[in-house]
Amino acid sequence: MLQRIYDWIDDRIDVTPLWRDVADHEVPEHVNPGYHFSAFVYCFGGLTFFTVVIQILSGMFLTMYYVPDIVNAHASVEYLQTDVAFGMIVRGMHHWGASVVIVMVFLHTLRVFFTGSYKKPREINWVVGVLLFFIILGLGFTGYLLPWDMKAYFATQVGLEIAESVPVVGDMISNLLAGGEFIGAQTLTRFFAIHVFFLPGALLGLIAIHFIMIRRQGISGPL
Amino acid sequence: MEKNHNVSRRQFLTYALLGTGGFMAAGLIMPMVRFGVDPILQADAEEDMIDVVSVDELTDVPQAFDMEYEQDHGWHVEQVQETVWIYLDGDEVVALSPVCTHLGCTVNWGTDPDNPEQFFCPCHFGRFERDGTNIPGTPPTEPLHRYDHEVRDGRVLLGNPSPQV
Ligand code: FES
Repeated sequence: MLQRIYDWIDDRIDVTPLWRDVADHEVPEHVNPGYHFSAFVYCFGGLTFFTVVIQILSGMFLTMYYVPDIVNAHASVEYLQTDVAFGMIVRGMHHWGASVVIVMVFLHTLRVFFTGSYKKPREINWVVGVLLFFIILGLGFTGYLLPWDMKAYFATQVGLEIAESVPVVGDMISNLLAGGEFIGAQTLTRFFAIHVFFLPGALLGLIAIHFIMIRRQGISGPL
Repeated sequence: MEKNHNVSRRQFLTYALLGTGGFMAAGLIMPMVRFGVDPILQADAEEDMIDVVSVDELTDVPQAFDMEYEQDHGWHVEQVQETVWIYLDGDEVVALSPVCTHLGCTVNWGTDPDNPEQFFCPCHFGRFERDGTNIPGTPPTEPLHRYDHEVRDGRVLLGNPSPQV
């Protein structure tokens, strides 16, 4: 049955080459933990991607209940966590997953650095990777405010003070981020928009570029 | 030596991978889906009877009364106000919902000069008898919904409206 549906579609729009191109690529021996266990260090990039997928999915579900408003934000988080089935689990995935992404992306960066994989011809991909690293840090920073509890508020205050310490334009950056002179309703909606629309959009675009470049250039050689 | 296996090694590996992968994916997706569909699986809130009006104020002409109650919106409690048409049919209290059974506009009593003894819906000129029965030949296809009611200490308490078919 499935095969026939697949054949019917494939007959018309020839999808086989598309997924073949994605699925069939050579994984050299030196990155396969089955051959050399130490090659597990090559898994960190994939693990980062995997956790990013979990973050996107769990985040999409969380926004079904969350409201980015100073009166209701905290109450909605409390509601979705305590009264909705699996709320604790889904919020937990997003909360712990956020830390896991940052750890994984850091380990991935270390692996690329110590295997020298950033060298010619892969310099551009290194730069894209560094941008991705900053985007992920940005997602962590903006997401931290959203539960709108004490920790969120004061962590953001510190973050904004850090932004303010930039010479000359510091004040401007801080005001732009906070949507005003202080952390309030406008900060929360801003951070929400940045957290769920702007940064994920940039993240997906850059991840696509990151992956396309990997396929064009292949996996870097053994040490 | 090599037997003709029904399941080749490659197939076995494919099945094993798909099985474990599917199991892991389900473990991730299941909590999120259950989280998302929670509203349809929550137990219905039990019906609270709401004090609306004193029986003394009722006559055999339908009058509009406000019914105020609190609605639980998860993290927010909303004060809701509904209008109900209430009248006395002999000793019996009748409470009708003003929501037109055609497309949900609000009906009024006696606002059609040609039919002063009927409920009238201005949207597509739907009409209903005093007991809520829809008048054949007008757009509504079922009677106005009727509220569950209770009379306690001379006060009228209302529950939820339900179809009177
Ligand atoms: S909505 Fe009342 S007649 Fe159509």
